[in-house]
Amino acid sequence: MILPEETSRIASERVASLPFEPEPTTMLESIRPISRQRAAMKPRSRMATVQEFCIEKSIAGIAFISFAFIILILVFVFREALPLFTGNATDDVGRVPLFRLFTFSWQPVSNTPAYGIYPLIFGSFKVTLISVAVAAPVAILAALFTTVFAPKAIKEILKPCIEILAGFPSVVIGFFALTVLASAVQKLFGIDYRLNAFTGGLALSLAVIPIIFTITEDALSALPKSMREASLALGATPWETAAFVLLPAATPGVFAAILLGVGRAFGETMIVLMATGNAALISPSIFQSVRTMSATIGAEMAEVVFGDAHYSILFFIGICLFLFSLVLNLTAEFVVRNYLMKRFSGSSR
Amino acid sequence: MKIKKAAAVAVIGAVTLCGALAVYAATKTITVKGSDTMVILAQRWAEKYMAKDSNVTVQVTGGGSGVGISALINGTTDICDASRPMKKSEQEKLKQKYNTIGVEIPVARDGITLYANEGNPVNELSLDQIKAIYLGEIKNWKDVGGSDAKIIVYGRENSSGTFEFFRDEVLKGADYSPLVQSLPGTAAIVNAVANDNNGIGYGGAAYAKGVKRIKVRKTASSPAYEATLQTITAGKYPIARYLYLYVRAKPTGEMKAYIDWILSPEGQSVVNDVGYFPLK
Repeated sequence: MILPEETSRIASERVASLPFEPEPTTMLESIRPISRQRAAMKPRSRMATVQEFCIEKSIAGIAFISFAFIILILVFVFREALPLFTGNATDDVGRVPLFRLFTFSWQPVSNTPAYGIYPLIFGSFKVTLISVAVAAPVAILAALFTTVFAPKAIKEILKPCIEILAGFPSVVIGFFALTVLASAVQKLFGIDYRLNAFTGGLALSLAVIPIIFTITEDALSALPKSMREASLALGATPWETAAFVLLPAATPGVFAAILLGVGRAFGETMIVLMATGNAALISPSIFQSVRTMSATIGAEMAEVVFGDAHYSILFFIGICLFLFSLVLNLTAEFVVRNYLMKRFSGSSR
Repeated sequence: MKIKKAAAVAVIGAVTLCGALAVYAATKTITVKGSDTMVILAQRWAEKYMAKDSNVTVQVTGGGSGVGISALINGTTDICDASRPMKKSEQEKLKQKYNTIGVEIPVARDGITLYANEGNPVNELSLDQIKAIYLGEIKNWKDVGGSDAKIIVYGRENSSGTFEFFRDEVLKGADYSPLVQSLPGTAAIVNAVANDNNGIGYGGAAYAKGVKRIKVRKTASSPAYEATLQTITAGKYPIARYLYLYVRAKPTGEMKAYIDWILSPEGQSVVNDVGYFPLK
């Protein structure tokens, strides 16, 4: 419902913004004389100005609340990790200086605790790499198929199906990996360890595929139709058009999609916790178990003695995760804006 | 018309509110928080007790022994479930805040069972062999009388009370081999071992479904026992532990009644139903 107050404002704004008489519409017809009068006398009532002001500020406030939450969480995480930096972190054995984190053994609950986070960092990168290496080609090809080749009916089934995968609870994917996928992978490759980096990466790719797919699909459908038509008109086959014209043109979007996929894989907790075996090893083999940073926080936070060195170290790992995703997002922003956009959108900009 | 309606709504609202308040005032709430190992047991206790005494509400949450103990320290829970004894650093924190080191009440026993795949020919292991397997010194099943295959060792996450109990009692305080795969929760371990011909894992006796329970010998020559009610209550099974409740001060009133009921034959029979072992 439109109140007279509002209609008059809409009308007055139209009058102000349009250099010529607006097209008469049936609804405005009846109230035009009044609105014109008002517009002439005082452009905006005081009431409306106040209302406008309040709405504007409250929306801005809501936007800032989300920003404030992020800041607050950051402050909290840093505060909990602070004892490590000031040298006040202690465990049952004694003080834990920061340098003990930069070692190769993770045995935090022990009579001689070892807090080396290198295996965890290694584990996170290994699983992320495997999952994105599996997910990116699948997702990009799937996006190409749905935008370029698929008949409308198939597209309308396929697209929501892949997108629903994004809404799957990760604990379900994790359990599926633990029970079904792990046995299948073990049989297929004849490996000793059921739960390993590869199984974890494969399970993780189920969570990453929809993200890369959705964003790539958006990037491809946003391309001007003329591009495709021109390519086909020049005699390129549909496949050539897709692979050498459309995909390169959508590169900024595809790149952003992959980076977001990397971010998702890096931060994912439940799937890797259930599927990778969580042994903190540094091994070049993809069939060895790994322990990731996120899984470590997820598994250990619940039982840790609050306030002691182990607790602070878990928050320190949280800071590492945060810094990584920050760098990832900044890179995405920077590369997409300054390099890829310029290169691929040609001379028009 | 409008006024009548408003009045009616107000009256109904007021009556409901008063009723709710009255109910709220009449029921005492006991909050219980802690160990995930004990959460099923604690819930069963709470249900049975509330069915018996409708004036008391018992709220049970899991989260882990550490979460429960820190809640006890922060004053956000009345009772804490723990599958491990309280640590010194935690006792000190409790002392700083409440000038008490808390009251420890053993409420049930649990036998740590070793699981193997049902197709595994090995039926019994000695404590030393188990230790060597978890330290990574024995790597092949043929060294303990099985077939020639690599042992895939599963354990709990280091946050679990079972992890620490097993390390202290079986590994005699030494660290697990880095090759031990740690899984979140006993159910995940049972599942992994059930699907893995060469797997071995440990956990509460209640969870052993679809896997073989390995009998345990105290020394190489002593008889092997399975974790059963008889062997555990008789103290014959070598790796048994207590499960605890912790409270800040000596319980009184409703809380005392609840804990007394848990320790009574009726409460202890629940322990048996859930798959753990009663104290006596």
